Amino acid sequence: MNSALVPEAPTGNSEPDQRRPTDWTTGASRRRTRRRYAAERRFRLMGLAAVWLSVGFLAFLLMSMLWQGASGFVETRITLPIALQLDITPDRVVVRGADLALAGAGIEGAVDAAATAAYGAGGAELLSDGAWLHVRDAVEADPTLLNRRAMIDVSAAADIDVAAKGEGTPAAEAQVAKLAAAGALSRGFNLKFLTDADSTDSTRVGIWGAFKGSLMTMIVTLALAFPVGVFAALYLEEYAPKNRWTDLIEVSINNLAAVPSIIFGLLGLAVFLGTFHLPRSAPLVGGLTLALMTMPVIVIAGRNAIKGVPPSIRDAALAVGASPVQVVFHHVLPLALPGILTGTIIGMARALGETAPLLMIGMRAFIAAPPDRITDPATVLPVQIFLWSDEVNRGFVEKTSAAIIVLLLFLLAMNGFAIYLRNRFETRW
Amino acid sequence: MTTPKITARNVSVYYGATRAIDDVSIDVTQDEVVAFIGPSGCGKSTFLRTLNRMNDTVPSARVEGEIYLDGEDIYAPSMDVVQLRARVGMVFQKPNPFPKSIYENVAYGPRIHGLTHAKGELDDIVEGSLRRAGLWDEVKDRLTDSGTALSGGQQQRLCIARAIAVDPEVILMDEPCSALDPIATAKIEELIHELKGRYAIVIVTHNMQQAARVSQRTAFFHLGHLVEFGATSDIFTNPRAERTKDYITGRYG
Ligand SMILES: Nc1ncnc2c1ncn2[C@@H]1O[C@H](COP(=O)(O)OP(=O)(O)OP(=O)(O)O)[C@@H](O)[C@H]1O
Ligand SMILES: [Mg+2]
Repeated sequence: MNSALVPEAPTGNSEPDQRRPTDWTTGASRRRTRRRYAAERRFRLMGLAAVWLSVGFLAFLLMSMLWQGASGFVETRITLPIALQLDITPDRVVVRGADLALAGAGIEGAVDAAATAAYGAGGAELLSDGAWLHVRDAVEADPTLLNRRAMIDVSAAADIDVAAKGEGTPAAEAQVAKLAAAGALSRGFNLKFLTDADSTDSTRVGIWGAFKGSLMTMIVTLALAFPVGVFAALYLEEYAPKNRWTDLIEVSINNLAAVPSIIFGLLGLAVFLGTFHLPRSAPLVGGLTLALMTMPVIVIAGRNAIKGVPPSIRDAALAVGASPVQVVFHHVLPLALPGILTGTIIGMARALGETAPLLMIGMRAFIAAPPDRITDPATVLPVQIFLWSDEVNRGFVEKTSAAIIVLLLFLLAMNGFAIYLRNRFETRW
Repeated sequence: MTTPKITARNVSVYYGATRAIDDVSIDVTQDEVVAFIGPSGCGKSTFLRTLNRMNDTVPSARVEGEIYLDGEDIYAPSMDVVQLRARVGMVFQKPNPFPKSIYENVAYGPRIHGLTHAKGELDDIVEGSLRRAGLWDEVKDRLTDSGTALSGGQQQRLCIARAIAVDPEVILMDEPCSALDPIATAKIEELIHELKGRYAIVIVTHNMQQAARVSQRTAFFHLGHLVEFGATSDIFTNPRAERTKDYITGRYG
């Protein structure tokens, strides 16, 4: 092109710089450098201290729970010499419904009688209310027991169990000493704790009922809160016009996330039980109530994650002719998913640990059978922990800690799953 | 004179109450490259984005006047925006590949528009587009790698491949070389030469030499006005307006 029109280099027509070049070697300059290093070190130390403090708290919590709760998974057993004389033939025992047949034949009384025979007048008191269940299981496993004398290990009563673990009353301690001297005491893994539901006898309680209740409640919560939360977040970020109404909705959602959980319980009580007459104490109602509580958390986390998707990606997709829905589902949602999942898990973890709103909708009832359907009466882990911690019977102390361990493991599994999902969907830029 | 591919008549664009483009009329024919030049903030990008209605995504933006593509009013209610953008592709200033594989980046457009029926056909389109964008030899062995793992210049060529994979009629480029070194820039200019004739191309650039090298006609914008629009050789050797002359001689901008 025309060389006359090529721009020339700018001429230095501005004021020359009056300042002298900076001297970086003066004492003041060195002091500044030293202070900067000191500040860096202090900051790092403080950060490290904060991290260690939280790790320490966590470790302390876990250790003390394990320490107190581990014995909750172990039961004390007493060896019971027994010769069953029941009005039942061995072949009746191997068919279905043997439980009922044995119960009807008076196995419970027979066990009490055997205990009295073996350990004197108060013998039956040494055994757990559920001791006969051990005998029943043993008979079912080996029907020949009906015709002979045998030694069967059965669970000890609560005060004996506590005394054997070193915290009982003097009277119980004495009995334990006597039993131990006779070689009748042993310990075993309390499988029933993992398979049974609540009971009035601390040696017979199980966590499975509450665990299953929690699981069902969480599934209802997730099934409702996740899709609704994600769609609400997508709509608000991608489609909703920015005006006074959407501002109002945004404020309401933020407020909803901060509302104390017990208020949600009252709301659930009024709406789901009062208006819709859904069954009390059911995981369905618990899940619905917790979903109300979790949804705003998911909406907020989801909106932030969606905001974090670079606009240039949307432009890129629109420019090759993607429709708005395609932009959302092909690009925005996949990129926002890790953030959405993190928010969801935080919300779900909070819901899992929630007690107050569930008390309001009646999930604090004593429920001795695990729920089969989401409309069955049930309780959940934190409520179960709350109920057990309220018991006067000392046997419940370790059960409470054991239940806390189960709850923490549940949380851990949930968080682990979230991290797995996040890593799976994370996009490298 | 052939009938213009794009005709803009008295186009004004507002962001809220501020007018970013004031009464601009321009036309672009099928077989030419048109360059938009002008100082920063004069509205080049704004005007370019009205040509494929990318301004629709800016809530405050409002467009007045008429723009026709092959005589069809693109702001008419009957116009399908998705189809319009498939016909008028765009390459942005900052390379913006999808965080997906190189293959997926190029295949995305043809796939959503259902341009292919067999996997082999799609492979052919991907290869052809990457070849025309001058990227094939560099990436043919790593089509499954992420598009974001490429260098800046490669990413920009990938974006060009993605745009031409849909086989548009017009390609809009907004400073496609502003982040690139001279070699990558030269490659893209070569590419523009190659694409010329097959696509109508509108390119925004701050680089006068580039405008001179690649375009047949140049439009000079200043403060939202179209100051001068004519043959590139005229604009650079014999500008009619004083402002144009000041700008291309580097007195401001
Ligand atoms: N989204 C927006 N909202 C409000 N004003 C905008 C928006 N985008 C651009 N503008 C304004 O419109 C005017 C033109 O901007 P535009 O991006 O078109 O300039 P440009 O010529 O492309 O500049 P550059 O060469 O720096 O890219 C500027 O004054 C800018 O501030
Ligand atoms: Mg621009």
